[in-house]
Amino acid sequence: MESTLDSVNKAEEMADQAATQAGFDEDVRSGIAMAVREGMINAVLHGNKYDPGKKVNLTFEHKGPEFIVTIADEGNGFMPDEVPNPLAPENLLKESGRGIFLMRTFMDEVRFRKLNAGTEITLIKRIQESELDRQEAST
Amino acid sequence: MSMKASTRQVDGVTIVDLSGRITLGEGSVVLRDTVKDLLGKGQKKILLNLGDVSYIDSSGIGELVSAFTSVRNQGGELKLLHLTKKVHDLLQITKLYTVFDVKDDEAGAIAAFGK
Repeated sequence: MESTLDSVNKAEEMADQAATQAGFDEDVRSGIAMAVREGMINAVLHGNKYDPGKKVNLTFEHKGPEFIVTIADEGNGFMPDEVPNPLAPENLLKESGRGIFLMRTFMDEVRFRKLNAGTEITLIKRIQESELDRQEAST
Repeated sequence: MSMKASTRQVDGVTIVDLSGRITLGEGSVVLRDTVKDLLGKGQKKILLNLGDVSYIDSSGIGELVSAFTSVRNQGGELKLLHLTKKVHDLLQITKLYTVFDVKDDEAGAIAAFGK
C-alpha cells in the first residue's frame, strides 16, 4: 500500500471486513479496526514518513483461534520501549504517543520486529470459544 | 465521513458542534483551526459538543488535548459535551476522562463556565 492517509483509511475498512468474516462481534471488530488504524498510522507517518517511494505491506490471516494482522513499513525502524507510558501523569497532556498503547489495549498480543529496512508490527486477537461455537452452529 | 464544525454563542460561551470523525488528517485539522480561530478572536470559553462525533483516533485525542492546553494557557476554559459511548470509553482508557471537564447537558455546561 502507498504511504498515504488514504491507505490508513482503507486498511481500517479492510480490518473491519476481515474481522467480520472471522466472526468477531461489533465491539471487538471496532477495537481491531482501531488497532490496525493505529498500526498503519505508525507505518505511514512515523515509519515511511509519507515517502511515496516506500510502501506498507498489510496482511490478514485467520489461523485456528487466532486472527493475525501484520503491518510492515520500510522506514528507519523504532524501539517501542522508548515510547513513554501515555498513562503516566506527566505524559497525560502530551499530544502524541498513544498509538501503541491503543494497539495493546484492543489486541491480545502486539509484537514488533526490526526488518532489514523498516519495522513489522504483528497484531493478534484470539477468537473466544463462544464465538467459535456460534460460527460452527451457523455452518 | 469528513468532520464538520459549526459555532454558536450562548451566554458568552462558544459552543462548537462537531460531527463526523476526528482522525489524522482533515478531522484533526478542522478542530485545530476552529479552536485557533476562536482564540484569535478572544473567545476563550469553549464547549465542544461531541454528540455527533462517531470516532476519534490517537491523532484526534492528541488534538483534543492540544485544544484543551491551548485554551487553558490563554486563561480560558474548554469543556466537552455529549460524549458518545465510543468516545467516552476511549477517554476512560487513556485516563483523559478526569482531565477534561465532561458534561451531559448543555445548560449545565454553560452554567459551569466561570463568569
